[in-house]
Amino acid sequence: MVKWTDKERSTINAVWDKVDIDEIGPQVLARVLIVYPWTERYFGSFGDIFTVTAVLNNPKVAAHGKVVLKELGKAVKNMDNIKGTYASLSQLHNEKLHVDPDSFRLLADCITISVACKLRSALDPQVQATWQKFLSAVVEAMSSQYY
Amino acid sequence: MISKREKELIAEIWESLTPVAEDIGSDALLRMFASFPGTKTYFSHLDISPGSSHLRSHGKKIVLAIAEGAKDISQLTVSLAPLQTLHAYQLRIDPTNFKLFSQCILVTLACHMGEDFTPIAHAAMDKYLSAFAAVLAEKYR
Repeated sequence: MVKWTDKERSTINAVWDKVDIDEIGPQVLARVLIVYPWTERYFGSFGDIFTVTAVLNNPKVAAHGKVVLKELGKAVKNMDNIKGTYASLSQLHNEKLHVDPDSFRLLADCITISVACKLRSALDPQVQATWQKFLSAVVEAMSSQYY
Repeated sequence: MISKREKELIAEIWESLTPVAEDIGSDALLRMFASFPGTKTYFSHLDISPGSSHLRSHGKKIVLAIAEGAKDISQLTVSLAPLQTLHAYQLRIDPTNFKLFSQCILVTLACHMGEDFTPIAHAAMDKYLSAFAAVLAEKYR
C-alpha cells in the first residue's frame, strides 16, 4: 500500500478540486479513443466511435467519461485504501468486461494530459509527479484482481 | 501510420516551439526527473537543477533534434542516423526511458498549448514521438 505524505495528499486534493468532472470526463474518454483507437473494442455498444468527429460528438462517450471520473473521485476520498476501493471494479473489468489492464495506464496518461491542458503552469513538474504517483496507485488497484 | 495532415500538424507545432526550445526541453526534462527519478542516473555528470545551464542547453538540444526530425518524418532513419549511433554506442541509455520522456514531452506540450493541444494533436504527437523513439533504438542490437 502506498504511504502518502501530507504534502502529497494536499497536492492531489488541490489538483482534484480543479477538475470539473462534467468537462474533463468526456474529454478524457474521447482522448483515449482517439489517441489509442484499439480501445474501441470495449465500447461496441456505443455506436459510431470510428472517427474523431464521431467520438467527440458521441453522447455515450461523454456520459461514460463522467462515470469514469466519478469513480476516480472515490480514490481521492479513500487514499489509504485505493486497492480495496476498486477491488470489485477490478474484478468486473477482468472477469466480465475482459479489459486488458494496460488500458488503465493509457487512460491514466490521458487523464494527466487533459488535466495539464486545463491547469497549464499549475501542473508543474513536482505536481505532475505526485499526481502520476496517485494515478499509478489507481492503475495498480484496478489491475489487482486479475489472476 | 502518420497521415499527411498529421505530419503537417506535427511540423507546425515543433516549428512554433523552436524559439522556446530551451524552456520546453528543460521543462520536459524536469518533469521526467520528478516523475521517474531513475532517469537522473544518466545525468550524474551534469547539474540538472531547475534553471541550470546544463539543463537548459541539453533541453534545447533535444527539442531542436525533435523539431528537425519533424520537418520530414519519412526521412527519420536518415536524419537520426548520428543520434542512433550516439545513443546505442556512447550514451547507452536504456530505450525504455524514451517512452517515459515522450510522456513528459506530451505533458509539457499540454501545459504550454492548453486547449490547442487537441486530441488530434495529441494523437499525432504520440505517434511521432513513438516513431522517433523507435528509430533512435534501432541500432542498439
